[in-house]
Amino acid sequence: MFDRIVEIVTREARHAGPVVDENASPRALIIDVSDLLPVCDALHRNPETYFDMLTCVSGIDNGPDTGIMEIAYNLYSIPFNLQLMLKIKLPREGAEVPSLTSIWKSANWLEREVFDMYGIRFQNHPDLRRILLPADWEGHPLRKDYKHQEYYKNIKVD
Amino acid sequence: MSSVKQQYQFKPGSLQQSEPNKFSGEQLRAEEMIINLGPQHPSTHGVLRLEVLMDGEIVREVVPHIGYLHRCFEKHAENLPYNQVIPFVDRLDYTASMNNEHAYAMGVERMLGISEQIPKRVEYVRVLVAELNRIASHFIAIGTYGIDIGAFSPFLWLMRDREHILRLLEWASGSRLLYNYIWIGGLYYDLPVGFEERCREFVNYLRPKLTELDDILLKNKIFIDRTANVGVLPLDLAINCGVTGPMLRASGLRFDLRRVDGYSVYPELEFDIPIGDGRMGSVGDCWDRTYVRFLEIHESLRIIDQCLDKLTTDHKRTRDFDPQALVPKKIRPKAQDFYVRAEIPKGELGFFFRSDGRSDVPFRCKCRSCSFVNLSMLQEIAKDILIADLIAIVGSLDLNIGEVDR
Amino acid sequence: MKGLLDQRFENGGAIVTRLDDLLNWARLSSMFPMTFGIACCAMEFFSTATIYDMDRFGMAPRASPRQADVMIVSGTVTFKMAERIKRLYEQMAEPRYVISMGSCSNCGGPYWQHGYHVVKGVDRIVPVDVYVPGCPPRPEALIGGFLKLHEKIRSETLMRPSAIEQLMEKQGSAHV
Repeated sequence: MFDRIVEIVTREARHAGPVVDENASPRALIIDVSDLLPVCDALHRNPETYFDMLTCVSGIDNGPDTGIMEIAYNLYSIPFNLQLMLKIKLPREGAEVPSLTSIWKSANWLEREVFDMYGIRFQNHPDLRRILLPADWEGHPLRKDYKHQEYYKNIKVD
Repeated sequence: MSSVKQQYQFKPGSLQQSEPNKFSGEQLRAEEMIINLGPQHPSTHGVLRLEVLMDGEIVREVVPHIGYLHRCFEKHAENLPYNQVIPFVDRLDYTASMNNEHAYAMGVERMLGISEQIPKRVEYVRVLVAELNRIASHFIAIGTYGIDIGAFSPFLWLMRDREHILRLLEWASGSRLLYNYIWIGGLYYDLPVGFEERCREFVNYLRPKLTELDDILLKNKIFIDRTANVGVLPLDLAINCGVTGPMLRASGLRFDLRRVDGYSVYPELEFDIPIGDGRMGSVGDCWDRTYVRFLEIHESLRIIDQCLDKLTTDHKRTRDFDPQALVPKKIRPKAQDFYVRAEIPKGELGFFFRSDGRSDVPFRCKCRSCSFVNLSMLQEIAKDILIADLIAIVGSLDLNIGEVDR
Repeated sequence: MKGLLDQRFENGGAIVTRLDDLLNWARLSSMFPMTFGIACCAMEFFSTATIYDMDRFGMAPRASPRQADVMIVSGTVTFKMAERIKRLYEQMAEPRYVISMGSCSNCGGPYWQHGYHVVKGVDRIVPVDVYVPGCPPRPEALIGGFLKLHEKIRSETLMRPSAIEQLMEKQGSAHV
């Protein structure tokens, strides 16, 4: 079944074919940013896979030395009991990713959280603003080079 | 009262600066108003702020604002070794700590490859305490929902019964609420001598009390009037919004990760998965969700009975049993990305790990919490309803703000 | 020592006491806490209120800060919540007291090290009267905190602290 998924993704990925990551569990496919929306659309609507739930969107920061950030999407298909992980790699500064809110509504808040913690902007997101931290907080905390501000409204951030 | 330490002085306008409203006064039509159900409110959900755009008594739109309890769990998980993160995992869904620990410990054990070697007795004890905690969590959910609707007595009765569970778990682990009991590779201590008998007495004590709860709350005419046909969640919208747990089961889908994934010793246990069938109103309304939770308490009692049977016969306690035998001294999984999920009382709790194979500190540990995703669904179904129905819907979501904000 | 109403009074029912004692006794016997649970400690607060019977001390939770006497900060205080706590504290009417329940509101708790969004102690925001340690504190510990607050209230007085003021003036002029 995983090979069938790889076939579907290869057909939709125009820019670069998917790279299989055997180490990951559930098995992961690394695709290009520009292929993300067509691939997810195909996986969502294909009657052999029907990935109808987007369960988890995690941002990963590989550190300022490598200059790469990643996002891992976890998809799940209830009818066929299939789990899939899709990963994309992004530059650390000025990253722009197409938003998946047109396909899955759960992506709305999950992507807002990735924006809040990492600073990755999502194109065509209906409401991209900070969700967990105050709106006037400085910085994106889960980056590896994050230094918390000294004072927030005169209270010491220790 | 020393006034030397205080560092913050309240300035008007600073609240809007830190958490601006989505709607402003200028955008409204003449008959609309913005009502703020602020972070402090008489209901018992915790610090959730709802910004409600209203037209008279009718709610046009609801915008939840969260983050008032953001405790930086993921930052702590990136700086502490795998086993030291367990107390922080406790505090995610603090009404059902054992289930959180179970999910986390299971994930790390699978990453290390030792999940097949965990002794059966340890697994049965884990399932036993997890199901006890599931009952305690559902008690809080149903009890506080009753208070929101206006019924105060069921809350007191359920807290009394929950107290027995907390005393049992205190006897086993040492703490009433946040246990740090399920460790990676085993347990902190074995169950104390006499625990199985006391637990069985508790199960026999609880069954008639559940019938009382049914009579006083679930079959109460006022409760049915306020919750039936309110907040109906269609199944396709639920799946698209990523909703899991009793909310998804109330919308009609028999989906429970304990059955689908079959983790730990759940495949060896017999239990049913209750779903909502709309007997009082429509499928997927608030009454169905409460009823699904109530039936799950019965199923948890069945599971506890079977675990106690196994723990007193096949996997009896022996003198040389050491629950910490497989706890690894150095937790260093090889480089991989791993996603583990488990069924906690509120839904699906998932942990996404990335380990780089070089250290015993997770490189990235993301917690996918069910209450976060369930709450995001509120904006979709809370349109053109009455404000009293909004309170009923928010109560039936069974939110835990510690899990929403992490 | 018997309480005020535990004694029998002969000779027509006249009670002689100090005004301070009477006012303090009235205040401590009916402290209304504000319903303000933030996190895990709120669960133990529920247990105290229902099973361990907070009502026998005269404490009945009131929802509005205007009608409350004591604010029990139970749970982790974050920066986003800190401003709202200050606003709630300022809305309470005098005499008002604050009990800091649990180690998160005492000093930041388990989140002291890497918690960028956690205020390390609610006493950076509002003045605190009683600190109750524990994570979460047992209901008995919270009741101990209430009794400590009662002791503190018993020692209050309406009299102007003129002796202390004179002492501080002397010390102030000595330091300047």
